Order: sequence, then C-alpha cells, then structure tokens
Amino acid sequence: MTSAEPAEKLLSPVLSASWDDHRPWTLETYRRHGGYDGLRAALAMAPDDVIALVKDAGLRGRGGAGFPTGMKWQFIPQNDGKPHYLVVNADESEPGTCKDIPLLFANPHSLIEGMVIASYAIRCEHAFVYLRGEVVPVLRRLQAAVAEAYEAGYLGKDIQGSGTNLDITVHAGAGAYICGEETALLDSLEGRRGQPRLRPPFPAIAGLYACPTVVNNVESIASVPPILARGKDWFKSLGTEKSPGFTLYSLSGHVTNPGQYEAPLGITLRQLLEITGGVRAGHRLKFWTPGGSSTPMFTEEHLDVPLDYEGVGAAGSMLGTKALQVFDETTCVVRAVTRWTEFYAHESCGKCTPCREGTYWLVQLLKRIEAGQGHSGDLEKLLDIADNINGKSFCALGDGAASPIVSSLQHFRAEYEQHIDEHRCPFDPAASTVWAGRASVHESATEREVHA
Amino acid sequence: MSSTELGLPALPAKPYPPEVEARLAADARELISRYPQSRSALLPLLHLVQAEDGCVTPTGIRFCAEQLDLTTAEVTAVATFYTMYRRRPAGEYHVGVCTNTLCAVLGGDQIFDELSEHLGIANNRTTEDGSVSIERIECNAACDYAPVVMVNWEFFDNQTPQSAKQLVDQLRAGQEVHPTRGAKLCSFKETSRILAGFADGRPGAVDESGAGGAPSLAGLRLAKGEALPGTPGAKVVSPRHEGTEA
Repeated sequence: MTSAEPAEKLLSPVLSASWDDHRPWTLETYRRHGGYDGLRAALAMAPDDVIALVKDAGLRGRGGAGFPTGMKWQFIPQNDGKPHYLVVNADESEPGTCKDIPLLFANPHSLIEGMVIASYAIRCEHAFVYLRGEVVPVLRRLQAAVAEAYEAGYLGKDIQGSGTNLDITVHAGAGAYICGEETALLDSLEGRRGQPRLRPPFPAIAGLYACPTVVNNVESIASVPPILARGKDWFKSLGTEKSPGFTLYSLSGHVTNPGQYEAPLGITLRQLLEITGGVRAGHRLKFWTPGGSSTPMFTEEHLDVPLDYEGVGAAGSMLGTKALQVFDETTCVVRAVTRWTEFYAHESCGKCTPCREGTYWLVQLLKRIEAGQGHSGDLEKLLDIADNINGKSFCALGDGAASPIVSSLQHFRAEYEQHIDEHRCPFDPAASTVWAGRASVHESATEREVHA
Repeated sequence: MSSTELGLPALPAKPYPPEVEARLAADARELISRYPQSRSALLPLLHLVQAEDGCVTPTGIRFCAEQLDLTTAEVTAVATFYTMYRRRPAGEYHVGVCTNTLCAVLGGDQIFDELSEHLGIANNRTTEDGSVSIERIECNAACDYAPVVMVNWEFFDNQTPQSAKQLVDQLRAGQEVHPTRGAKLCSFKETSRILAGFADGRPGAVDESGAGGAPSLAGLRLAKGEALPGTPGAKVVSPRHEGTEA
C-alpha cells in the first residue's frame, strides 16, 4: 500500500507533542514545551477578548456534540452577581473512546492551563474536574499536577500577579456512564444520583448550584492554550473550514497499530490505516465506528469520509469522540451490537420510560437472535423499539442506544437473518481474538503488546 | 420468627467506634471544605467509607448522612446508583475485566471466563480467602490497549487469558505486582482513599510506569518519521535522537 501523503504531513501532534519527553506529566517538562505561555498571553488580554479569540478560532467541542467552545463561554451572563463555574467533563466512558485518559496521564498540565484560561475568560473562581473514578493512575497525576500548579502560582490567589483567583477541585466519580451527559454530571457533582436535567434552563444560565456554568470536555479545554500561544490563524490553518484545528483520533480494534493519532480534522480512515499498517494482517475491514458506539456504524464504503463534523454528519453518522473502533470480517455484528445494547441497558439511569424499558427489551430480543432463537418479525420489532427510543428519550443516551441497532440493520440485515434462519451464530468468537492464529495463547507477545 | 422473615425494616445502623468516627470525621471535614456546598462531598465520602470497610455498609451510610445532614435514605439512593460502590466487600485486589464490545471481541470474554473458572468464583464475587474479587466492567477508556484488565483501577493492558491467570496467582501469593500503567498495587481500601481525594503518599507513585505504552505514543512517533511495527512500507524520515527538525 502506498499513501498519497507521507505520515508526517498527515499528522499534527500538538497536545501529544511532549508525550515522549522525560516525565511529560511534570510542570518542568510542560514548561520546556511552552507550557503556560498561552496563559501569559490570555492574562494580558481582556476576558471578553479571550472568549472572542477562541470563538473566532472556531474550536468546537471534542466531547462528542461539537458545539463551538467560545460560544458556550459567551453564553455566561456577566455582572449578574452570581458565582460562575467551570466544570471539566473527564468522565470519558463512551465505548471505544480513549483519548482524554491517555492525555491526562501523559500531560495533565495542558488541561490545567486551559482551565485557568477558560476560568479567566468566564470570570470563574472555582473550577472542577469530574474524572471518572475507574482510572486511579490518572487521578494520581491530576492531583499531583494541581498541587504543582498551586505551588508555582498558576492556581490560587492573584495568579501570576494578575489579580485573578482560581481554585481547582479534582472530583472522582463512582462509575456511571450517564454522568458524561453534562446535566447528569452536574447533578452527580452536587452529590446526587446522576440523572439528566430538563433543558432549558441550560447550564450556562442555571448549572452547578443553579449558577452559570460552562461544562467542557478535557480535550476541548486542553486545546485552548495552543490557540492563545500560537494564534487563531495558525489554528485555522489546520483542519477544514468549518472544523478547524487538530484532534486526537483513537484507533482501536483489529488494526496493526492501535493508538492515538493526532491529526488535523478531516483526515480519512483510509489515510489513517494506510500510514499505520492497516487492518491486522490477513484480514479485511468489516465495520467501524467514527466516534464511539453511539455513532451509527460505517463500513468499507465510508473509508473516504472526511473525519470532521460536517463530513461524518453528511455520511449519516456523527464525529462523536473520534473513537475509531475497527472490526474485521471475523466479528459477528449481532454479537457486537448485543454487547453494546447490554451496556446501554446497564447504564440507563432509569429516569425516562423509553430508554429504561426500551433498552431492556432490545437486550432480550438481541440475545435471543444471537443465540439462534430469533423469530421472524424480531428485526421489525427491534427497529420499532429503537424508533420508540430514538428522539423520544430524555437525553442522548437513548439516541445512542438506537444507533448501533439501526445502522447495523441497515448494513448487515442479511447477517441478522442468517442467525434467525440457521438457528445459530455463524461466527467463531475465537477467530476475533488478538491471539487467534497463534500456536497458543502462551506464545510470546506481539509487537502491539510491547510497552515503551 | 426472626424479623427478617417478617420483612421488618432493618434496625438503625450502628455508628463507627468513637476512635474510627473521630478519624473519619476529620477526613470528612477536609473533603467537605473543598466544595461550595457540602452535599457535593457525598461521592468522596462514600469512597472514604469504602476505604474503611471495603464496601458501603449501613454504618458507612449513617456516617455520610450525619456528616452532610442528609437522611440515610438520601445517601442510600446515591450509593446504589453508582457501580463502584460495593454492597459486598471487594477482595483485597478487585479485578475488573472489560467485556464491553471491543475488548470482549478481542478476547475479554475468554479472559473473564477463564479467570472465573480459575478462581472458582462468579461475577462480582470474592474468593473465600478475601484476596481477589472479579467483575465484568464496561469500557475503561483504554481500547487501544485491548483486551484490558483493571486491578484496583490500575491498568493491566494487552492481556491474554494466560497473563490474567498468572496475574491473579501472583496477587494471591502476595507477590509485588506492577501495572502497565499506574503505580505498584496497593489494597482496594487504600485505592478507595485515593478516590476519596487524598493523594497517594507513597514516594514515586505518581511517576511510575512512564507516560504510556506504545499505543499512546504511536501517532507522535509516526509523525517524527519512525516506522511503526508491522509496517514494512513505512517511511523513516527523521529517526528519533538524530536531531532533525521534523
């Protein structure tokens, strides 16, 4: 395979640029890579100018929805006499998504610097990081980095002599996917069950403790300091017109080299596979997700879809979290979708009926089909239930649950029918494993298992 | 007939012994002080009582309620919502095997089945000696290292059934075990204390295991002109350590 563009032209490490340096999680290394230069630039500007800059740069949310970050900041009412809050969503739990966790593990200061800048812009003096609880190594480094930042005067009172104050509280969650939904996250941070709130009012008006609140994804906030340090024109020179900038694409599954690939928005999966060694040897692509399990799945015919907000949307899916989960021809699509659906049923918060009941019944039907006990008419029933969840649930979890079902039936209906007609699953799960084809699972690790 | 058979409500939980109560109350004050409103400290406090008991007990719930001026019903409603709060004691080492789609397909299902059989315990159960508990977990944000196993919420990446069984054998034998990403394992209770918001005081714990494995650095290395494994055609533009400005 030859790629039209060499890898070094297709990739653009910015957030990940320092990850191979010595102890990149420390303030010392971060500073050596220009860390906190963006903050210095921001503090020399008026807060409203910082908001305008981020808005003009065109930075869009990296947590899934793609909402313009600067616009979220602009919605915060000023001079309203209420405290303002910044809450960083570090609850990364969307199946397939694995970008914020490696980012925070390698370089937590990039988030902290972004938080100081964002807080300065929206006039917030107390910010929170809501980190999912199941990642203790990341929590450890985040706690240490916050302590380092306090000591260096990047947090606390009168930051760098600017007169502005900021405290950061690192808050560990306790295992609930729904807390990635911003209003459920706020309820959870207030010490309640993590269930979504009715909107409006939006968090910008009544968020944490009913005060104006910005909720941003980790990668969105970490992308702010480079914009301050290098300018909006540089940022807009990367990516596409409506989706400017760089982003982390997370490649996983049946590929030769899974990992984090930071590139300008708009790269295609074909390009990424070409420069990274492709689908694992001897196999071919069957289906993939552009942005986690909640984004409708793609197939081979979508390899040339530009992976930006517009491109993926026009092709019938969503850019989501850019979690590129790749499955080859050994994978049973019914098994994959059944497992995702079990996940949504497990994580449904129970607040609204379509999601709570619908996901439960979807699991019953899918398990029956996977086990070869499906009935004719089950596929219509699946689509009917999915349709009763999608768009009719309280929050996006329900829409996400419907996505894999509707999209897989669109692309692989024959495979579902085969399960029903032949009364069995035609796939061998052993063939999909990482160790398939090795003489035994005792055989030594392949290169993908070698840690740096 | 016992009260259980009659279905009578449970009696009010006993408090902690005074010395435990005093120690935990000091921790609770510290945690509550970090938030503008005290109730925000409930999740940290539940981690704190789990650090004391290995699970969330009626006594722990009573403690949280008293600290925050809530009812035990309010605290119970929250504790039962989140999967990390356990109603049965975890083992000293709590082993989570990711069986969400991607890890499951890549081998997580086989790892869980073999581990469960090897230990002789089912999902969410603990071995008789209290050393190891196992749980099927959802996606843990490490898909580029699949199949993934977590022990006390530290990463054990790229596992096989063999490596996972060896891992639990080492844990049960009391051997020192290091995750691929994270610090040398401490007990489940000690881990819960870090989750409550108290820094890991062990020297060097923050620095252990580097910035990440090969997948975390794959894109950066490729951008610097290094060839990735299994890519014979990859073009080497500027190998690392040769001082070119890529």
